[in-house]
Amino acid sequence: MLPAIPNILSVVTFLPLFGALVILVMRAMARKDDSDVIAGNAKWVALWTTLLTLLVSVVLVLQFDHAKPGYQFEERFEWFGPISYHMGVDGISILFVLLTAFLMPLCIAASWDSIKTRITEYMIAFLLLETLVIGVFTSLDLFLFYIFFEGGLVPMFLIIGIWGGKNRTYAAYKFFLYTLLGSVLMLAAMLYMVNVAGTADIPTLSKFAFAREVQPWLWFAFFASFAVKMPMWPVHTWLPDAHVEAPTAGSVMLAGILLKLGGYGFIRFNLPMFPYASHMFAPLVMGLSVVAVVYTSLVAFRQTDIKKLIAYSSVAHMGFVTMGIFAGNALGIQGAVYQMISHGVISGALFLCVGVVYDRWHTREIAFYGGLTKLLPHYAFVFLLFTMANVGLPGTSGFIGEITTMTGAYQWGTWVAFVAASGVIFSAVYALNLYKRVMFGVVTNDELKKYPDLSVREIAIFAPLIAGTLLLGIYPAFVFDFTTASIDAVVAGYRAAFGG
Amino acid sequence: MSSVVTVAVLAPIVGAAIAGLFGRRIGNIPSQAVTTGLLFLSCALSWFTFIQHTWGGMADFTVQLLPFINIGDFHSAWSVRIDGLSATMLIVVTSVSSLVHLYSWGYMAEDDSRPRFFAYLSLFTFAMLMLVTAADFMQLFFGWEGVGLASYLLIGFWYYKDSASSAAIKAFVVNRVGDFGFALGIMTVFWQFHTINFHELFQPGVIAAWQGKGWEFLGQNFSALDIAAFLLFIGAMGKSAQFFLHTWLPDAMEGPTPVSALIHAATMVTAGVYMVCLLSPLFEYAPVAKEIVAYIGAITAIFAASIGFTQNDIKRVIAYSTCSQLGYMFFAAGVGAYPMAMFHLFTHAFFKALLFLGAGSVIHGMHHEQDMRKMGGLWKYMKVTYAVMTIGTIAITGLGIPFTKFGFAGFFSKDAILEAAWAAHGTPHGMFAFVMGISAALLTSFYSWRLIAMTFHGKKHWDHSHDDHAHDAHGHDAHAHDDHAHAHDAHGHDDHGHGHDHKPHESPWVMLTPLVVLAFGAVFAGFIFAPYFIGEHHETFWGHAIFLAPHNEVMEKAEHITELWVHLAPLAVTLLGMALAWYFYVANPKLPKAMAAKKGPIYTFLYNKWFFDEIYQATFVKLTKFLGDVFWKIGDIRIIDGLGPNGAAWTALASAKRLVKTQTGYVYHYAFFMFLGVAGLLTWVVFGMGH
Repeated sequence: MLPAIPNILSVVTFLPLFGALVILVMRAMARKDDSDVIAGNAKWVALWTTLLTLLVSVVLVLQFDHAKPGYQFEERFEWFGPISYHMGVDGISILFVLLTAFLMPLCIAASWDSIKTRITEYMIAFLLLETLVIGVFTSLDLFLFYIFFEGGLVPMFLIIGIWGGKNRTYAAYKFFLYTLLGSVLMLAAMLYMVNVAGTADIPTLSKFAFAREVQPWLWFAFFASFAVKMPMWPVHTWLPDAHVEAPTAGSVMLAGILLKLGGYGFIRFNLPMFPYASHMFAPLVMGLSVVAVVYTSLVAFRQTDIKKLIAYSSVAHMGFVTMGIFAGNALGIQGAVYQMISHGVISGALFLCVGVVYDRWHTREIAFYGGLTKLLPHYAFVFLLFTMANVGLPGTSGFIGEITTMTGAYQWGTWVAFVAASGVIFSAVYALNLYKRVMFGVVTNDELKKYPDLSVREIAIFAPLIAGTLLLGIYPAFVFDFTTASIDAVVAGYRAAFGG
Repeated sequence: MSSVVTVAVLAPIVGAAIAGLFGRRIGNIPSQAVTTGLLFLSCALSWFTFIQHTWGGMADFTVQLLPFINIGDFHSAWSVRIDGLSATMLIVVTSVSSLVHLYSWGYMAEDDSRPRFFAYLSLFTFAMLMLVTAADFMQLFFGWEGVGLASYLLIGFWYYKDSASSAAIKAFVVNRVGDFGFALGIMTVFWQFHTINFHELFQPGVIAAWQGKGWEFLGQNFSALDIAAFLLFIGAMGKSAQFFLHTWLPDAMEGPTPVSALIHAATMVTAGVYMVCLLSPLFEYAPVAKEIVAYIGAITAIFAASIGFTQNDIKRVIAYSTCSQLGYMFFAAGVGAYPMAMFHLFTHAFFKALLFLGAGSVIHGMHHEQDMRKMGGLWKYMKVTYAVMTIGTIAITGLGIPFTKFGFAGFFSKDAILEAAWAAHGTPHGMFAFVMGISAALLTSFYSWRLIAMTFHGKKHWDHSHDDHAHDAHGHDAHAHDDHAHAHDAHGHDDHGHGHDHKPHESPWVMLTPLVVLAFGAVFAGFIFAPYFIGEHHETFWGHAIFLAPHNEVMEKAEHITELWVHLAPLAVTLLGMALAWYFYVANPKLPKAMAAKKGPIYTFLYNKWFFDEIYQATFVKLTKFLGDVFWKIGDIRIIDGLGPNGAAWTALASAKRLVKTQTGYVYHYAFFMFLGVAGLLTWVVFGMGH
């Protein structure tokens, strides 16, 4: 029996912030000319903090009772009026907490040598990001949620804006514009909801029956914010630019966690709070989802930049998520949550794969590469495995998410599954062509012979990701055990609300 | 027994993992030994299972290893399902695979990535065994795509060759087109029956209850059973390289020859046939889908054979032959004669693996020459290969004496298929299948003997030019694949680099032994197993694994065919094809050359494989690229970004020009905005809510 940690959710949420403060204090106390020492210490503190956070979240997961559908480990302190400090996790959010805590140490390790400037600030930004992102998943109060949700973007902006590539300003600008649009609407809707319901408590709001006439407006306001985060077609164009400019670890967090905020939001807010509107708008979401799957897969096929290609492929994979969620049945929503977790691991790994070659040759141009299999055999194996996971090969986690969301959507409407299934063909086209152009063929570029295969550090980063993809792919119950009870409750509430 | 079959299925993946992950460390020979050893173990256990099942009175059973996906009704488990069908497939897969492993010791002897090769071979075998022992659609799909992965890896084994990696992608993508249908078929089955488990699905009455139900569309009633079966069949068409989705198979010959024998002849490509037979309870109630199966199979049988007799690359001839034989299996299943389809699958595995490995022996002996026009007169130099290839050819052409039990393997299975088609000649698709089948038999005999004649008889076309065939050794130039054949040819195939003279030589015994074993199979497999697969014992042999609906009388009718000519026709066309091959390629070898040189329209059409590649290139490939460009450059950049973030209105609003100067300007704006939001919310709460 593991020891019970008091207020474990607050601990897991604010532990990274504490780490960031430690770094700040250390820097304040050190002499100015010791910048190398400060940077080195910052790295180690960041790594240990994230590892400790991972440990705490593992304890959290082990102590979670997955037979219960409701929130667990709840903490609640009244603030003022309708606002309270309310934390809690259910079978859905706990997985995202674990995913965040799992990816973060890998991000720190991946940045170990590749970040050369302002290392201390970089580590602080990542720790801050971790706190804010975990907070999104643990908070059960609208106000708290809003702070974490919007606040999480600030360190992300900084990461892109300071440690990003040449066009970082444009990328940050685009990201900013889209997010602004969604946030304004969501904030307005939140104000209205608190006013009408008299509480900002999320579990209470989930049971509150908002009038049918206002549901579409509220639904749309939340939808605008989450659709941008997903991102759904046609508000996806910020993502490729943001990825291209972000440093490797930034891309990992962006694709691995931040994109999931949208899907999480749909399940937490749109479906339970505005079931009537969700049902009404489902055809719209289904349409946008299948367009995303086909359209962005085809666009991915034509890319010449490795990161852009993977970014577009992320949009296509998120299409399966929205499709599954708005199918409104257990198969679809479970599949959607699974697909988000799986995509967090796979896309994170793929961006790390890009990082491996980018760290060595400093270009993402596909045409620059070719024949790497001969020179970097270990890398060839890793990259192949995640390419296959990305195309949804059974045995990897990528498959489970696609087949379950599609089967769920089939129950909702046959045509959705038919169109989405064609994405299965296109994903093979773009992913295998990318692999071929980078890895196969004869080495014609002598530059490529300069650098060695994966280092021990790099192998150590990939090993847990490989294990995760395969274990989840072979034994998906690791996820479904957690999500079943919670999602059955979501589905039951959703169906009851409009008599479906 | 459950542990026996579990070990049989899992042993190859253990070998694959050891050779794949530690091959470089433990070295070539240990990698080869461990994979081959485990495969032989798996083979022995499979035969034990098969014998127990066929003669030992062992009942069907399923071992559940681990739960897989469980969401509501959608539940599946990792299992090993043993029945007549899977026991048959177990021995086919493990026998051919273990022999191919052994053969590769010799064939791949000088390749420097042998551990990788053996790991892939074992990985393939594992996936194939998972496929054939699946107890539900999810594991079937796992095996299905798993063999596709192994096929992709092995076709592209010589990854530095552009033609090989292109062929690998083509194989994977065309199979994905099939899997698109397959996946939708599974979803349709789940939508109808709320289960994806075979045992639950095949309970009596479950499927029959859905007869006549379906969708009204454009005034037509589409039977849901037909649609499900047809979608699943699309998957089979991809995997088994049937008409429309066949284009990947000839290109797959880019892989090393042992791979062609194992994957692209004996086992993987037959998975589609296996699937249709396994799903016989569904297909029996899907009459339209069954007809489509028969038509596609019959068309493929004749179509692939017609291409086969104009090709000059020894492996491609056999590849088209495989395609054609698979067509036979499908139309057998399509007319309802599933046991015949399975029997032909069984015998075909032996003689087609034999022919491929024999061709490999020829290629090996000819220092990587694959163009038959550059061979000739080889029988003197490789007598064992010649003998076994001849046996394989007799087997595939189905030579035997009608009304007796004297004949090679193909005689039993192919004649049975033709008789089954005749038994269904009252229906249009039965008649069509019969006519196409007989015609294809003529062509089969012709191109098979042509291969023997061009390779082993006649003038020695290699004799005059000792020095150049190491370099232009691939013969792709002759196959309208100019785009594939450039640049990398200099790297050779697997560069055995025989330093000695360029005379053809017989292969080592490690390669010949598997050939001899397979030759025994090609001779006796039909004679020994016919009574069980299709003869008097077939009902007990298959048990519940193959379902024949009460209205399906093909099996009985096929047994009682009274027309004498139906029994004699296959032999007649086979002998005719043989005579024609002799006439053109032994007696008058100049005639076919003159015909080829004339480039008549029919010859050109056949030689270019009915222009399928060109048509697909001009339509699907072009369209995909075009749409990708349109969506990207017009949709994303011009429309979405043009109206959105790059649009004049937005730019002005955000006064971007000023902001661009301060790199992180947006962050502050954003933080400021967020602060305003929070402040607004708080104000609202504190002051607004009070009232």
